[in-house]
Amino acid sequence: MSAFRALIVRDLRLAFRAGGEAMTLVLFFVMVGVIVPFAIGPDRPQLTRLAPGIVWIAAFLSMLLGLDRLFRSDDEDGSLGLLQHSVLPLEAVVAAKVIAHWLVTALPLLVATPVLALLLSMSWEQWWRTVLALAIGTPALTSFGAIGAAVTVGLRRGGLIAPVLILPLAIPVMIFGVGTMDQMAGGGATLFLIALSLVVTAFSPFAAALALRTAGE
Amino acid sequence: MNQPERFPPVFAPPNVTVRGLGVSRGERVLFADLSFEVQAGGVLLLRGPNGVGKSTLLMTLAGIVRPDAGEIEGIGREDVHLLTYQSGLKGRLSVSENLQFWRDMNGATGTQLDEALERVGIGGLAGLEAGYLSSGQLRRLALARLLVSARPVWLLDEPSAALDAAGERLLGALIDAHRGAGGIAIVATHHDLLLAEARGVETIVLGGPA
Amino acid sequence: MSVTTAKQPNWFSRLAHPGQFLNWSRYLIWPLAILTAIAFALGLWFAFYNSPEDYQMGDMVRVMYIHVPNAWLSMLVYGVMAVAALGTLVWRHPLADVAAKAAAPLGAVFTALCLYTGALWGRPTWGTFWEWDGRMTSELVLLLIYLGIIALWRAFDDQLKAGRIIAIVTLVGALNIPIIHYSVDWWNTLHQPASVFTATGPKMPPSILTPLFVMLIAFTLLFALLQIVRMRTEILSRRAETMTRQAALQGDAK
Repeated sequence: MSAFRALIVRDLRLAFRAGGEAMTLVLFFVMVGVIVPFAIGPDRPQLTRLAPGIVWIAAFLSMLLGLDRLFRSDDEDGSLGLLQHSVLPLEAVVAAKVIAHWLVTALPLLVATPVLALLLSMSWEQWWRTVLALAIGTPALTSFGAIGAAVTVGLRRGGLIAPVLILPLAIPVMIFGVGTMDQMAGGGATLFLIALSLVVTAFSPFAAALALRTAGE
Repeated sequence: MNQPERFPPVFAPPNVTVRGLGVSRGERVLFADLSFEVQAGGVLLLRGPNGVGKSTLLMTLAGIVRPDAGEIEGIGREDVHLLTYQSGLKGRLSVSENLQFWRDMNGATGTQLDEALERVGIGGLAGLEAGYLSSGQLRRLALARLLVSARPVWLLDEPSAALDAAGERLLGALIDAHRGAGGIAIVATHHDLLLAEARGVETIVLGGPA
Repeated sequence: MSVTTAKQPNWFSRLAHPGQFLNWSRYLIWPLAILTAIAFALGLWFAFYNSPEDYQMGDMVRVMYIHVPNAWLSMLVYGVMAVAALGTLVWRHPLADVAAKAAAPLGAVFTALCLYTGALWGRPTWGTFWEWDGRMTSELVLLLIYLGIIALWRAFDDQLKAGRIIAIVTLVGALNIPIIHYSVDWWNTLHQPASVFTATGPKMPPSILTPLFVMLIAFTLLFALLQIVRMRTEILSRRAETMTRQAALQGDAK
């Protein structure tokens, strides 16, 4: 097995074996959708109107919640130090871990969107736009998150700081993500979301690897 | 048992040269102007009291800690096996999954999985989750990681920690075999290693006589 | 094999350069302070007594002389931090992370002042303290970024390591701020097509431009002054910390 694949497989195994953290995040995602009607009332047209925003806030929060597990355990048991001597450069190590993290934390959210669509009385079109927007936007969220997780890996209180640091930086993802779901906004937002996602995903392994190296020094 | 083992010689004979090395942690200088050379088949022991910088020196040689000054020659990124108290092993993965992972990551240039586990004396535990291993068994699994990928330079930090008497003999035999294949071991330790041959073994005492 | 170890007692080796800075910056503080005071006196005199009322906003237009310089500094300070971040990452200059650390709270305060004066201005002009206007929103996000960076500085024990890691965050932020600004503008036009912010550009008469220009200089001088004082304080407090630790270690060795 190639080293890149081996790393992804290991992280997936760790996520799904006995830990079950991935499922907890999906549960959280759905729960945010569930509590919003309690806060704003069960008025169906209003829920339909607010649905894109609610879905993105729920996605944002669950992605931030899962951030801390990206590098922390590998740092604590020394894997991160040893991986610096592997046949992969650290940038590729980060990329593999980001892919695995996306598969574990973001893909289940996409699968869970029908539940939210039902609860928030989305139309068919609204639902597939939601899936599209999340599919394009979550790689950018995970990548921003990887930078946040990498710069706080050496901190005991890092779990709290990374979201605070990453949230303002990720605002464009939110704006264009919701824009993608808005029929009135046209295709411009979707194109920008795609561009943003590509650039951030390509750039973040380098920034995160640099931060991890610095943290290890 | 006295027969010296041989690994397939998959690496060129290493030669580690360190010149004028200076390292500090924060604003505290651990050592300045440290120079030494280790040739193929050589063992370098790092001695000295706690907090004097033995582990930091190993991390510097491993390229993880950046030195303030000096040169390190002969240690590339993929030439090194680092063994510290942090084993890089996952309790939720089985013994063989852990070992296979590091074999994939470091290159399958060494012995086979079963052979390595057999060699370190935990051959029967391959299917067990690593979380159930004792600390001595974990240390043996960490040693097996050095066998499945052949690398010329071993950097070992207190390798005999948690090992019993048989484990210490095993450690000595593994280092002997590594030397026999032309490898280098740089070892920070308070214990004496049980090596078959004292020739080629040098010692640096850091921080003055301990 | 040869082994040579020589212990060098250079506890301050990494602070050698900052030491030079302490020497020459000492002579800069008072002249800079006097210059800043003069610029402020001149600027405020212009602003209050020698510039016209706006035909729409009346005396409220004078808030602009505080608002615009703070908006300018909110961005200039981030620029200074980004340059310092490059200095930290590329040249590992020991003074660079001190500069970056000193600048962050200053930037946050200037940004907060910009938002505050903006709100004061907004009440009579827009009829509300807060409007989700594109520029105001961008400033708000910038303030959040500043606060996140300050929180990160406070979370690290090892300030030398913190400097290098925060430099990465600062640069990521610097690359991202134009994207944020653009996305906020796009979002803004989507939700409210007509911009409430009247364009202020070169068509302003000199009677307004002169006080604005003087106030810009005054505030920039103030930043330079505060930055130097904060850098000196930071270097001295790091030294004090080092000495305390050194004393503790020596006490431990006895």
